[in-house]
Amino acid sequence: MQESFLSAPQGSVTLATRGDWTVLRPLLITSIGQTLEMVLATLVIGGFLGLVLGILLYGTRPGNLFENTAIYRILSFIVNIIRPIPFIIFLAAMQPLTIKVVGTSIGTTAAIFPMIIMCTVATSRLVEQNLLPVDPGVIEAARAMGASKFTIIRTVLIPEALSPLILAYAFLFVSLLDMSAMAGYIGGGGLGNFAIAYGYQKFDPTVTWTAVIIMIVLVQAVQALANAIVKHRQRRTS
Amino acid sequence: MAEDDAQGALTARSPQETHDPIIRFSNVTKEFTNRDSKEPFRALDGIDLSIDEGDIYGIIGYSGAGKSTLVRMINALERPTSGSVTVLGTEVTGLSESKLRPLRQKIGMVFQQFNLFSTRTVAQNIAYPLQLDHWRKDYQDRRVSKLLEFVGLSEHADKYPAQLSGGQKQRVGIARALATSPRILLADEATSALDPETTSEVLQLLRRANAELGVTIVLITHQMNVVRQIANRVAVMSNGHIVESGDVYDVFAAPQQPITRRFIGTAISGLPDAAHIDSLRARWPGRIITVLVRQREVPAGDGRPAVGASGQNISELIARHHLASGLIYGGMDTVDGAAIGALTYEFDDTQDRFGQFLDELTRTNDIIDFGTAADPRTPQAWKE
Repeated sequence: MQESFLSAPQGSVTLATRGDWTVLRPLLITSIGQTLEMVLATLVIGGFLGLVLGILLYGTRPGNLFENTAIYRILSFIVNIIRPIPFIIFLAAMQPLTIKVVGTSIGTTAAIFPMIIMCTVATSRLVEQNLLPVDPGVIEAARAMGASKFTIIRTVLIPEALSPLILAYAFLFVSLLDMSAMAGYIGGGGLGNFAIAYGYQKFDPTVTWTAVIIMIVLVQAVQALANAIVKHRQRRTS
Repeated sequence: MAEDDAQGALTARSPQETHDPIIRFSNVTKEFTNRDSKEPFRALDGIDLSIDEGDIYGIIGYSGAGKSTLVRMINALERPTSGSVTVLGTEVTGLSESKLRPLRQKIGMVFQQFNLFSTRTVAQNIAYPLQLDHWRKDYQDRRVSKLLEFVGLSEHADKYPAQLSGGQKQRVGIARALATSPRILLADEATSALDPETTSEVLQLLRRANAELGVTIVLITHQMNVVRQIANRVAVMSNGHIVESGDVYDVFAAPQQPITRRFIGTAISGLPDAAHIDSLRARWPGRIITVLVRQREVPAGDGRPAVGASGQNISELIARHHLASGLIYGGMDTVDGAAIGALTYEFDDTQDRFGQFLDELTRTNDIIDFGTAADPRTPQAWKE
C-alpha cells in the first residue's frame, strides 16, 4: 500500500486484477461514497462560508450596504491570491495547516479541509458576481421601509438573486468533483483515485471510463435539477 | 393603533391640532466628494423648507437640481453635511440606523422604477413592510386585501410584478408604501416612467390617499403638469437651492424666477410663442393683444408682491365698447381650483373707441400688446 502515493480506498485490499468486477464493485461503491462525502461536505460548509464571504465582498463594495473600501480590498486581495492556485499544488501547500487543523494530512477528511478553503474562495466570487446585478432600487426600498441590513440580505438580496445563485452552486458542484478527483493524491480516495489506481495504472480503460461515466451522470443530474428549479422560478418572475 | 390597523381599516387620520410642520429643513447642506475632483460637489445649499401635515408638496427641478437628495433626507437615506432635518417632531440628522427604523415605518416611499421585489407576488410585496413590523399572518392578509382594494388590484394579488403594466406596478408600490399607515408618503418621480394617461391614474390614487387617509405627500418631479394636477404647495429647485416656493396657484399665477416661468410654460397652455405670433400676424391684420387670465389675485408673501386678478372682464369690456374683435388663440388650465391661462384677441384698432377700450383693458388686466402686422411690437414682458 505504501509503494504508491495513490492509495487504495481504506479498508480494502489492492489485489484487484484486471476486469475482476467482484473485487472492483465494492471498491467502486466505496469510491462513490468517498467522492460524495468530500463533495457534499465541502459544498455545505464551503458553500456556506463562501456565501458569507461573497456577501461581505458585495456589501463592502463602494456604494453598498457595508461600504468599506479597505475591507473590500483586503478580502478581494486574499481571494485573488488563493483562487488561481492549481488545486493539486494547493493540497500540497496546505499540508502543514491541514495537520494542525485536522490532525492528519492523509485521508478523506484531510482532503476536505483544503477543499473547503478553495471552495469558500471560489464561491465568494461567484456569489459576489451574482449579487451585483440585483437592482439597488429594491435594496433602497427595503431600507426605506426600515429593514435592517441583515434582514435586507436575508429577505431581499438573496431571494432576488436566487436563480443565478442556484446555477452558480450547480457550477460549483462540478468544480468540487474536479477537486475531489485530486484527493487521491493525499490518500483521500474517491472516484478520481479509483480511475487512476485501477484503470489507468492497471491498463484497464473500462474501469477508467466507468468512473468517468459515473461522474458525467452526477454532473448531468445536478445541472438538470438546477436548471429545472430555475426554469420553474423564472416562468413566474420574468 | 395596533387594533385599528389589525382590522385593516383605512380611515382618515384627523389632522393634528399643533401647527408645527410635519417636516422641517433648516439650513441643510449636502456635499458629495467625488474621487476625480478635489472640490466637493454641493448638491444642496442652505435649504430651508417647511411642509405642513396634510400637504401635497411638489418639489420640481431639472435632474441634478438636488431634489432626490432632498427627499431622501426625510427618511434619512441620505444624511446632511450640515443643518438639521426634523420629521414628525424627531430630529433625524443624528439617528442611528436602528433608531431610524420606527420612524421609517411611518414614512412610505414610492419610486420612479417602482422597486418591487421581483420574486414576490403582488400580495407578498404589499405584506413585506407588515412582516418587518411583525404583524400576525391573519392581520397581514386582511390588511393586504384592504390595500389591494384601495388601489384597485384585488384580482392581481397572486401575480408577479413582471406580469403587470407600469401603472399597475406603481399602484402596487403605493399600496406597499401605505401598508403600515404612514403619516408621510414620499414620491420620487413616481410618474416619470409612465405614459400620460397612467400618470393621471396614479396621481388620482395619490390624491385619494391624501384625502381619505390624511397622509402628507412629498412629490418630487420634473413635470410641472404633475404639480399642477395634485399639489397644493410647490418649491422650485435649481442647483441645490430652492429658488421659489409657495401655494401652487400663487406660483403659477405670479412666477418670480425665469426657471419657474420655464416650468410653468410646459404646464400652462395659451401663451403664444414667437412662431405662433408670426403665424397669427400673417392671418390677422388687426391689433393682436394677449390677455393673461388669473381668476384669483395673488396675495403678497413667499417673497412675491401682491398681484391682482386678470382677464376677468374682457367680454364685458368688449361688449361695452362695441368693439369688433376675434378670439384667435388661447388656453386655460385649472390650478388649485382657479383658472390660469392666456387669451389672444385680434381687435380693430382703427375704430375711435379702441383707445378708450385699451386704456381700460390695460388698467384692469395684464396684457401683452403685439401690435399689428403692419406695426409689430415685441413686448419686454413676453420675452421673459
